[in-house]
Amino acid sequence: MSLLRMRLPELRDRLARGELRVADLVDASLRRIRETEEKIGAFLLVDEEGARREAERLDSLPADAPRGPLFGLPAGIKDNMVTEGLVTTCASRFLANYRPIYDATAVRKLKDAQAVTVGKLNMDEFAMGSSTENSAFKLTRNPWDTERVPGGSSGGSAAAVAAGQVLFALGSDTGGSIRQPAAYCGVVGLKPTYGRVSRYGLVAFASSLDQIGPITRNVEDAAYVLQAIAGHDPLDSTSAAVDVPDYPSALTGDVKGLRIAVPREYMGEGIDPRVKARVLEALKKFESLGATVEEVSMPHTDYAVATYYILASSEASSNLARFDGVRYGVRAEGVENLAELYLRSRSEGFGPEVKRRIMLGTYALSSGYYDAYYKKAQKVRTLIKRDFDRVFETFDVIAGPTAPTPAFRIGEKIGDPLTMYLNDICTIPVSLAGAPAISVPCGLADGLPVGLQIIGKPFDEATVLRAAHAYEQATEHHRLQPAL
Amino acid sequence: MDITVRDVEHVALLARLELSDREKELFAGQLGAILRYIEKLNELDTDGVEPTSHVLPISNVMRDDEPRPSWPLDKVLENAPDKEDGQFKVPAVLE
Repeated sequence: MSLLRMRLPELRDRLARGELRVADLVDASLRRIRETEEKIGAFLLVDEEGARREAERLDSLPADAPRGPLFGLPAGIKDNMVTEGLVTTCASRFLANYRPIYDATAVRKLKDAQAVTVGKLNMDEFAMGSSTENSAFKLTRNPWDTERVPGGSSGGSAAAVAAGQVLFALGSDTGGSIRQPAAYCGVVGLKPTYGRVSRYGLVAFASSLDQIGPITRNVEDAAYVLQAIAGHDPLDSTSAAVDVPDYPSALTGDVKGLRIAVPREYMGEGIDPRVKARVLEALKKFESLGATVEEVSMPHTDYAVATYYILASSEASSNLARFDGVRYGVRAEGVENLAELYLRSRSEGFGPEVKRRIMLGTYALSSGYYDAYYKKAQKVRTLIKRDFDRVFETFDVIAGPTAPTPAFRIGEKIGDPLTMYLNDICTIPVSLAGAPAISVPCGLADGLPVGLQIIGKPFDEATVLRAAHAYEQATEHHRLQPAL
Repeated sequence: MDITVRDVEHVALLARLELSDREKELFAGQLGAILRYIEKLNELDTDGVEPTSHVLPISNVMRDDEPRPSWPLDKVLENAPDKEDGQFKVPAVLE
């Protein structure tokens, strides 16, 4: 257990120097999964054999062969990133048998860095949800309180890291799906700038918003993982040809003079007073470290959730048209013709939330409603983005809560989609603006973790990481662990 | 915005989804509630505001039109629910 609590760079160096065998570390991870998985349910697939084989291969490399930056470190992958030869389901019955023939770019980059994939992590079906309750296969529980949700949609990724089952995980974030589960599970979750990490091989939900990022136990680890996966990819034409700086070296611990904006809309009505109290304490800590904190207004914040649900659902309805039962996935049995094959395969393959969003998106894009909903939402997205542009003219980062409440109870919101959607009120505006943001633990509310969100200028993950790291080093919150 | 079961049936057909009567009722209520919430966007004057379809200033990404290796056919067909002679097999399109 203690091995799995060490910092990534420290473990990596011990492994690279041969002081510790990769096989032993992978064993520790697999053992921890066996011990805790019945309670947590983070994994859809544990590739014990593949992980052991890779560990053995890494251990038997010649002593003078170069060691990768994530050499030998056990990782989990959210199940919407394709992994060659490893079933990738998106937590959907539609893809229950889908065995990809290639790796997502982010997955390949982890392999190039010599991390070891130990398995695929649970999520809301097609990443649509905020609690991981929309998985077609299993429930994932919050390690801090197993009667509560881990958040979502990357709930398996956050729970696995919080439970110490893997050293880090990859998640994906469309409207908060990395940051919110990280906040609920008391770990660090970073959504990079849109375009910073290739989406090649990430099963598309909303293509103008989706972004892959790390979920880790501390900010330094997040910097190392981001370093490994960031960068332009010719296979994703929306990945940005922007230089990738050295993230670990940005972690100076110094935030003197850092200008922090706190939007009053992020701290208003609807934010649990316990969450607000933790965030205010965090802002005080920043001031004590030499940063300046100032209240600002981002007047279009209140329109972000409505904008998001039109745009994300519209994009989803178009993206998910590819699931037709012809080339991959589960095909309905006993159909008479092609039209029936489409209809029945989709109806049997998709769960209720996915159907609901396809319906909403199809409606918003349908003849007669396109201008009133889709076009309108695109225009409001411009206004929301302008709010960010304006604040970033005079501030370095924006801070506030990651989620309005701590983790809610399993089953509490599943019957009311709109209440569930409003849970993403703090993370969605950032996604619409394409900006990078991190969630870091900032204490507990009645025993449940609270996340502080730090938002940066597009492509300025370095400042986000620097601010988060300085805060983390000045506090003890990230050392807290769930009693499992 | 009220959504009727008939609206739901129309949209479901466009989306190639077959819904049970229970699902139709449920979606009519839920989609209506979601759309009513979304109508708050009409409080904003967006005349003359450019729509944002994408946050990055990228338009067309071009490359030279050079042939490159692609996946072998047997790999591509590996996940096919049904196949024949190197092709995806589907039931009759026309009766």
